[in-house]
Amino acid sequence: MLLWIIQRDLLLAMRRQSDVLTTLFFFIIVVSLFPLSVGPEMNMLRTMAPGIVWVAALLASMLSLGRMFSSDYLDGTLEQMLLSPHSLFLLVLGKALAHWLVTGVPLVLMAPILGIQYDLPADALFVLTASLLLGTPILSLIGAIGAALTLGLRGGGVLVSLLVLPLYIPVLIFGSGAVEASSAGLGYGAHFSLLGAFLLVAVAFSPWATASSLRISME
Amino acid sequence: MAINWFKYSSPATYYSLAGKLIPIFTVAAVLLAIAGLYIGFFVAPTDFQQGEAYRIIFIHVPAAWMSMFLYLVMAFWAAIGLAFNTRLSSMIATAIAPTGAMFTFLALWTGSLWGKPMWGTWWVWDARLTSELILLFLYIGFMSLQAAIDDPRRADKAGAVIALVGVVNIPIIYFSVNWWNTLHQGASVSLTQSPKMASTMLLGMIIMSLACWMYAIAMTLIRSRVIILERERHTAWVAELHEKEAA
Repeated sequence: MLLWIIQRDLLLAMRRQSDVLTTLFFFIIVVSLFPLSVGPEMNMLRTMAPGIVWVAALLASMLSLGRMFSSDYLDGTLEQMLLSPHSLFLLVLGKALAHWLVTGVPLVLMAPILGIQYDLPADALFVLTASLLLGTPILSLIGAIGAALTLGLRGGGVLVSLLVLPLYIPVLIFGSGAVEASSAGLGYGAHFSLLGAFLLVAVAFSPWATASSLRISME
Repeated sequence: MAINWFKYSSPATYYSLAGKLIPIFTVAAVLLAIAGLYIGFFVAPTDFQQGEAYRIIFIHVPAAWMSMFLYLVMAFWAAIGLAFNTRLSSMIATAIAPTGAMFTFLALWTGSLWGKPMWGTWWVWDARLTSELILLFLYIGFMSLQAAIDDPRRADKAGAVIALVGVVNIPIIYFSVNWWNTLHQGASVSLTQSPKMASTMLLGMIIMSLACWMYAIAMTLIRSRVIILERERHTAWVAELHEKEAA
């Protein structure tokens, strides 16, 4: 069931590749805007890089949340999914994972290249990529709650950012904090442990909250 | 004596009860505020370190307490409304939100007014300031979600979900913001006050907190009455009430 829904969503995403690419290019453009706005001072950019990449990843992941449920909602598939005897928990988990595979993983793969633009040393690049790899699934899982709550509402896109961004803050803090800690010569193990803990909590609770939000939105 | 709680969960009964309670709480709020401000301005001694400027504590600290406490109360009523499908509980949650947001804003505002003479800056990215700011965002998210949904029952339930998700997140956010600041460097300014506070200062603060409590209750009652009227405008009892008041 879980694999089936992931497979289906990936197939749908592959049929509309431009959506995936738009998110990725959004990410690249936002990251490239910062040197233009704060100046090309390399020392400053190097310290700002983890924060910038993380904020851009946050925004890119958030902007694509609208697609998680809306097309299924519009063509009635979502209603059939709610009616089906299968567990809604797994279904929502599958959709969030598919969202991560489609939007999160390209960001993770792109991050080292953008980090080089900011002249990050190799080990910082590694930590940045690893922290994104751990953190972006949390963003998809938390975002699923917001996407489900704002389903079919007017102005849903702006609203979802108001709901979801405050909840992203811990992930942002420890994601970019890990890179800073490693560049400062401190251990980043604690940051990664906490990110891992957030991921486990999100996997356990977010599909459940998302499922009840979907039921509320569809009744 | 057993009170029949279910009787007061009916909007019609609640409406008239709230109407009787509002003047009591309003008067209590005004009297307590006068007493608290009197103590704050005239009785409490001048702080030997901070001078007269510390007196903003009498509104700042109660507002900060209320802002956090009201979020929990709001989430509690929202959860009751979601679990037991009681309309009134959700209405109360909706009614609490603006008051809570107001207190959060007040705490931030007075805090920055206080920070300017004491620390020489309006704002520092201290852990407590940051988490209070995030609390304001959570309130705003709750209110704007409810405002965007036309169907009141859906708005109630959706608001309840986001309020509960917020409650789960508040400790996480709080601790992560704390660690975020301490992992970096020691805070350059500390919010902790002089270790021992004069008892009149404490008394003034407690009385002001009680005043804020009474104010929050009165506001919630007033706002929930308005919400009830708006939602129940098609029912017979509201029509009767309207006729009675028109006559």
